[in-house]
Amino acid sequence: MRRDKPKTPERGRKGLSRRDFFRGAGVAVPTGLLASQAKAPKAAKAPAGAAPMLGPGRVPITLRINGKVEKLELEPRVTLLDAMRNYLDITGAKKVCDRGTCGTCTVIMGGDAVYACQVLAIEAQGKAITTIEGLNAGEQLHPMSQAFVNNDAQQCGYCTPGFVVACKAFLDKHPNPTREQIRRGLGGNLCRCGTYTGIERAVLEAAKAVKGGSAHA
Amino acid sequence: MPEYKWPEADKRSLIGKRHSRADGPVKSSGKAKYSSDISRPGMLHVLAVRCPYAHARVTSIDTSEAERMPGVKMVQVVVEPGKPNAETQWFLDHVALVAAETEEQAEDAVRKVKVQYERLPHLVTEYDRTAAGARARPQDAATTGDPDTAFREADVVSEGEYGARFISHCTLEPHGSVTEWKDGRLTAYLPTQALSGSVSQFASPLEVPNTNVRVICNHIGGAFGSKFGPDKWDIQAARMAKAAGRPMRYFTERNAELIVSGGRPSDFATVRIAAKKDGTIIGWQSDAWGTVGPSDRGAAPPLPYVFRKIPNIRTRYTGVGTNTGPSRAWRAPNHPQGCLLTMCALDDCAARLNMDPLQFFLKNISLVQGGRPEDYSTELLKCAEMIDWKKNWHARGDKTPGPIKRGLGLSIHTWGGLGHACQCDVKIHPDGSAEVTMGTQDLGTGTRTVMLVTLAETFGLPLNAVKLNIGDSDYPPGGASGGSTTVGGASTATRRGALDALEQLFQKVAPALGVPPDQLEAVNGKIQVKGNPAKSLAWKQACAKIGTNPIVARGACQAQAARKEKLIDADVGGAQMADVSVDIETGVVTLNKFVAAQDCGLIINLKTAESQMYGAMTMGVGYALYEERVMDQLTGRMLNNNMEFYKLAGLGDIGTIEVFMMTGKGYDERGVIGLGEPPVISPGAAISNAIANAIGVRVPHMPFTPDRVLAALEKGGVA
Ligand code: FES
Ligand code: FES
Repeated sequence: MRRDKPKTPERGRKGLSRRDFFRGAGVAVPTGLLASQAKAPKAAKAPAGAAPMLGPGRVPITLRINGKVEKLELEPRVTLLDAMRNYLDITGAKKVCDRGTCGTCTVIMGGDAVYACQVLAIEAQGKAITTIEGLNAGEQLHPMSQAFVNNDAQQCGYCTPGFVVACKAFLDKHPNPTREQIRRGLGGNLCRCGTYTGIERAVLEAAKAVKGGSAHA
Repeated sequence: MPEYKWPEADKRSLIGKRHSRADGPVKSSGKAKYSSDISRPGMLHVLAVRCPYAHARVTSIDTSEAERMPGVKMVQVVVEPGKPNAETQWFLDHVALVAAETEEQAEDAVRKVKVQYERLPHLVTEYDRTAAGARARPQDAATTGDPDTAFREADVVSEGEYGARFISHCTLEPHGSVTEWKDGRLTAYLPTQALSGSVSQFASPLEVPNTNVRVICNHIGGAFGSKFGPDKWDIQAARMAKAAGRPMRYFTERNAELIVSGGRPSDFATVRIAAKKDGTIIGWQSDAWGTVGPSDRGAAPPLPYVFRKIPNIRTRYTGVGTNTGPSRAWRAPNHPQGCLLTMCALDDCAARLNMDPLQFFLKNISLVQGGRPEDYSTELLKCAEMIDWKKNWHARGDKTPGPIKRGLGLSIHTWGGLGHACQCDVKIHPDGSAEVTMGTQDLGTGTRTVMLVTLAETFGLPLNAVKLNIGDSDYPPGGASGGSTTVGGASTATRRGALDALEQLFQKVAPALGVPPDQLEAVNGKIQVKGNPAKSLAWKQACAKIGTNPIVARGACQAQAARKEKLIDADVGGAQMADVSVDIETGVVTLNKFVAAQDCGLIINLKTAESQMYGAMTMGVGYALYEERVMDQLTGRMLNNNMEFYKLAGLGDIGTIEVFMMTGKGYDERGVIGLGEPPVISPGAAISNAIANAIGVRVPHMPFTPDRVLAALEKGGVA
């Protein structure tokens, strides 16, 4: 894997960090939306003025995924990825490493590609989330997905949804990518079957298609 | 009876062309449901309680607290204290399974299962045979010809040690299953390379008739030899599902997945080669060893590899038992190791002789076995052209100034790939629709597309006019997808079934066209009198004559018969060459270009065939440069059981890969031969040889990580 795997701007990592840290305890909620509703911390001795705490029991969580509002009751430690896969049957994003290494769980949140396993569902509230299913909600395949088909950029296909989403987010920010930009910007997704040659071609083809005006979403 | 053969080259409208894979759109749109995506009503989430030691006896398990945890429905102890098998044999082997309403609840409950262990002595590293003591067991020894005389009479004897460390399968979809019982019948959503064969592997331990088991696998997220039948945890989860009356979902957590779900065994060897001044190889001697994991015996690597006809050979193999997760068949089992040990030793011999290795390999090409000698020569020369060997090759050690040294390396490989036994049903419906149905699986190799191309070609229809059903064990039995056997088997069965169905259709149509059935052919969407498009019926009109029930024909592949018919064949050859840069200050190796030429008989879909090549070579870069299971003898643990430190190659790591498929006259006539394994065999050797060419010294053990490169440079080379 890349030794110089970049912290690319498209890998937004704002907000909370590793969910394990919060496991079994409450969770600090820094968003304005919830801060006003939150109660005093229960499980931790917080210094005065610290963020209010929620959990560890289930709390109401509202997500906006692919334009649809989803209301859930989840423990605050549940990741966006687990919320989608285990509670909403949205299974395009896959769970492989569960710790921000492989990119198979990539979704677009607030315009940035993020690892859904590294975002808590509770902190994903209030943000527009687009998954591979959202990109392909229409009759026609999304141009990025179509380019994967055309260039056979998939074998087993398990990395493919994450890769397609990452490529789409990448192209949004680099509409005329060089080969070197592709190699750096997409270093955060891994494929065991070795489809990178096809993926590189697919990105270049989709870049052309977008310029040709046939793109949507 | 129709004549079972492939259409002549000028009659093929689909076979051999480039087709996008049939399941491409469902995969790239996220709609494909993998076994690990399946959710069933009332399904419980299962997680495992794992042993932190490499070798231990379970002395007690207390599940009472875990059972009282919220949401917990069942805790199943699978290693029972006091029983004779109450031992765990490797780090993170599981001792109990916990089923709960949610994954979070299962995770919490796992921590509340109290297990006491008595630690037992362990061995987790196999390189040092002396330290392994009695666990190093000499297994095989063989001699051909008279190696002692050969080594005495040699002009040059080269000698070296080489090794390939243990690597993991690291499939992205973990091992596991969703199991559900209904009316006494089990449905198992299992990622498997052997759908039909998995039925009895569930039925027998669960003590139900085979008729009461159905296995479903529509898509599978990587297998590479590690996912044949159900694993012990799948059987255990199925038992729990039965007892609880609820479907169970169990998939292995990544940290355990990298240990318990298989890997490719290590192999080390000291090799001596005897050669004449003119470069003729006359003798081979190797002393090899490697881990056999918890088993008593392991498979020795094939040595010498490909150059099997060296006249005087002595080989020994010692298996070292270790307390590590067991090996499984890893894509081209044992060949990548045998290839590395052989091709590196040969390359060192060429260097000793001051010969260009390309000339050295060509000179000895008559010594190959498996694949045709002339094919290897052609492939080597083709690769040399693609990588510009003449211009870019230099004698060992890049003499140009600066820290970046560049080098070229080569390797050749072989594989069998004869089609497996399997059956399908081909149906032609009265409305003109047509389908093929088989209990097989598509691992991402393109099986679906190959079957569809075969069916459409046989019926003279466009690709989108035919349908396919696979992935369900209730269908006619498919074979196990291992050893590059599926493409031959599935295409043969489809072709034979389709030809039989077509013959039935001809019988129905013949009266209308006023000729005997054997005078008809199916081309361009028509059934026509041979060579006479004017006397024809459109496919749909022809099918209207079928009556109310569809035509059904069973197609089968019987390997030996199909080989005689030249529908399939075995034994391919391939060559690969790598162009690398090595930074001698940091030890980092970078691929510039990586090329391959490969034969595999008749290619049905050129596009997915090339993908097999790109994929295997990419995987090869990974195992050559990054992948290694690092074990710690002190604690018995794997130190890198995560994907940050068990490193796969990324998009920026592979350089430019170019492939050339040997097709057309001389190749197509052989029939179909499998391609999954061959291209994954040579990368380690080709890259190792390129590194040696760049820096002037051999890095003995793979992966060729910066520390190993620097250690080798300490001993010599250009630094
Ligand atoms: S599963 Fe999220 S990055 Fe691997
Ligand atoms: S296609 Fe299999 S992991 Fe990428």
